[in-house]
Amino acid sequence: MDDIALLQHYWWFLVSLLGALLVFLMFVQGGQSLIWTLGKTEEHRRMLLLATGRKWELTFTTLVTFGGAFFASFPLFYSTSFGGAYWVWVLILLCFVLQAVSYEFQLKRKNLLGTTTYRVFLLLNGILGPLLIGTAVGTFFTGAEFVVNKAAIASPSMPVISSWANPLHGLEAAFVPANLLLGISVLLLTRVLACLYFAENIADEPLRAACRKRLVMESGFFLLFFLTWLVQWLCSAGFAVTEAGTVCLEPYKYLHNLQAMPAVTAVLLVGVLMVVGGMLKGALGWKYAFWLAGPGSVLVVLALLLCAGWNDTAYYPSVADLQSSLTIANSSSGLFTLKTMTYVSFIIPFVIAYIAWAWRALDSEPITVEETDEH
Amino acid sequence: MEAIDTSLVDWSRAQFALTAMYHWLFVPLTLGLGVVMAIMETLYVRTGREFWKQTAKFWMKLFGINFAMGVATGIILEFEFGTNWSNYSWFVGDIFGAPLAIEGILAFFMESTFIAVMYFGWNKVSKRAHLASTWLTIVGATISAWWILVANAWMQHPVGMEFNPDTVRNEMVDFVAVAFNGGAVVKFCHTVASSWVLGCVFVVGVSCWYLLRGRHKEFAHASIRVAAWFGLVAALLTAYTGHHSGRIIAEQQPMKLAAAEGLYEGGHGQGLVLAGVLRPGVDWAAPTQEDKMLLNIEMPYALSLLATHEAEGYVPGIRNILEGGYTLPDGSKALSAEEKMLRGRMAIEALAAYRDAEDEEDKAAALKALRENFDYFGYGYLKEPADLVPSVPLTFYSFRIMVMLGGYFIVLFAGLLVLRHRVEKWRLVQWGVVLTIPLAWLASQAGWVVAEVGRQPWAIQGLLPNVAAISRLETGSVQTTFFIFLVLFTLLLVAELGIMGKAIATGPETDKSAA
Repeated sequence: MDDIALLQHYWWFLVSLLGALLVFLMFVQGGQSLIWTLGKTEEHRRMLLLATGRKWELTFTTLVTFGGAFFASFPLFYSTSFGGAYWVWVLILLCFVLQAVSYEFQLKRKNLLGTTTYRVFLLLNGILGPLLIGTAVGTFFTGAEFVVNKAAIASPSMPVISSWANPLHGLEAAFVPANLLLGISVLLLTRVLACLYFAENIADEPLRAACRKRLVMESGFFLLFFLTWLVQWLCSAGFAVTEAGTVCLEPYKYLHNLQAMPAVTAVLLVGVLMVVGGMLKGALGWKYAFWLAGPGSVLVVLALLLCAGWNDTAYYPSVADLQSSLTIANSSSGLFTLKTMTYVSFIIPFVIAYIAWAWRALDSEPITVEETDEH
Repeated sequence: MEAIDTSLVDWSRAQFALTAMYHWLFVPLTLGLGVVMAIMETLYVRTGREFWKQTAKFWMKLFGINFAMGVATGIILEFEFGTNWSNYSWFVGDIFGAPLAIEGILAFFMESTFIAVMYFGWNKVSKRAHLASTWLTIVGATISAWWILVANAWMQHPVGMEFNPDTVRNEMVDFVAVAFNGGAVVKFCHTVASSWVLGCVFVVGVSCWYLLRGRHKEFAHASIRVAAWFGLVAALLTAYTGHHSGRIIAEQQPMKLAAAEGLYEGGHGQGLVLAGVLRPGVDWAAPTQEDKMLLNIEMPYALSLLATHEAEGYVPGIRNILEGGYTLPDGSKALSAEEKMLRGRMAIEALAAYRDAEDEEDKAAALKALRENFDYFGYGYLKEPADLVPSVPLTFYSFRIMVMLGGYFIVLFAGLLVLRHRVEKWRLVQWGVVLTIPLAWLASQAGWVVAEVGRQPWAIQGLLPNVAAISRLETGSVQTTFFIFLVLFTLLLVAELGIMGKAIATGPETDKSAA
């Protein structure tokens, strides 16, 4: 593997890791989607929102960094997907705009729209955020309708290189069952993780009991949807890239990827076991189950995204023009930029260290009713 | 032949401008107020006085309300480079994406991690750890500004890259040139210093309101003292960096300088317009019978001095830039707009020929033609020389507003420092300071109008005009999202103002701590 290919694989790993961390941190969204389901009293709702309110910015920042890292390392994806699947991305962004203000504004006096409205915003973000992101990620495996023609830049009257071949501009992804299955799976996973997080971090026994009860139901639905998606994913044809750079459909491509990359398969299996273990332990009342299922979900998503981009696979296939499909080779930044960004990436362990310190400092004691009065 | 709908370009620009202007309502207050509250908390840790803790907490409360809106509008802005300017994202994504990614890794995580400790950690971490978290929050926000302004400065003066005809994009070859070029450094210092000014105007304004109401007097005097000193230093720094910024614009974006000065016919020994009125409805791209300015009060030679550091230095006007023929600082003759557009078209044709070439000889010939004309590549997308002239009235008046208000802020802070506690007796001054609050935002927005409107029609100066940078969308889609964002941002802004107004009306808890 030459330098550029190595760096392309490294950056696909980092982008995948950021995507995986994003899904894990979307337990915040899962928690928001459960405000009224778990919070039967105002006190409980306040405790739930305080618990996720300390973490929402981390999720938000991970999303922004995910976008920035994708832009820097694979700019053709940024250009093609964001400019083409316009409505999906705009909807996702709107969801996150609503979230950003709602935590701060919901309990403030003279907030114009009232507490309930801001909480409805949080509920919307909690449901639509994971659902839309999951559905959008689904297109990494099922494909999207776009055409890339780099020669267009030499046409002074119409120099745009990427165009979308469906007038719905991304919304059509929601009509593909596999995408929807993944979207729902992500939503359910965030709700599972939220139940586990609340059970660990809120000092209120009735609420903890409600979380454990809810966890059982959410886990059941999650396993049903996720395993259905996983089976169809393993059986589906994928988008392979030949040595000459031609993209073609290959039956059982993702199953082949797992066979070709045993380490990734191990990561996937360990991740699935940790998620399932976390669910079971959490249902039985083990306090730290969140720290089993959470990292497990990171491993699962990481393995799936690695399967999307590694092993000569087109990570963003075009069903409108197969040869327009994006691979980590044809969509990446140049060698110099990838190298420079790689040096910057060495700072990530330091970032993780201070996040861990802050997380531990804030979560050292579970949230009490009294604490909600202070904020 | 298929062609880009110009209304799509206009609506895409309008949407980006709307988002950027809303974003810039909140960011400067975050940067300015952040430093003030961190100073207050430092005083608390040093003196142990509960008064300073409550003072810091009060400004933190307002900081938090404002911060949320900055975050909300910021995420839209980042992703709009992809959603609305997709061709741009490919053409320079190799360079432009890096600052955004670094911003996320270096700055955003720092900001979002430590802001949580700042708000929720008062009783969970030590005093010093809390103080460090407060400072790291604002350091993170400032580093974030650095990388965004690096990206913006690069768009105004693209350096450190080479065009790759095989990938049809520009690729970074010198990171230091991108991240630390003179334009980026000056832009960062000027923008951040002006944000500190805005934050300080806000603090002295709110404090004077308390004095007018006869409430929280100790808090108000303490806040005025800190903010006036900090504000004066920041305002002087803003003026100093503004001067350097002017010099850089003269070198790199002469059309922007000409528009900001309303200078149609340039020459040697040019004066700086102190006050002026433009003739309404005049065509700035063509000669006219009457003078293009109705009123012009100039400071003789000042513009030449600013632009060239010589009283008799040559400053080109709009006409000179369009017609070319004058001598550039490097001794060469300036090309006319027509010549640049011709060479731009030659560059674009050479790129097409390179991609179509079947043998190495044709490829080499096309590449040679491309390299010879690449400096004018972006001009090849323009239809007529008039496209190169930005909105002169908008740039001209915005520049005057920014400079005049910048001068006023220096006088304001100096005056408050001279008056000290006597300001309590001067109700007129108190009212004046309160009414200055919106002027700080006006100056800040005007500064960005000069920077962004003045560089039109370019997305990247000389390299890629807006018309070639956009996403291929239906105009109706962009119109719809424009109005969605407009309604949403306006609604949330009104909500923020209501919350902030209520928080200010409630006031700090310093009186309780004093008791």
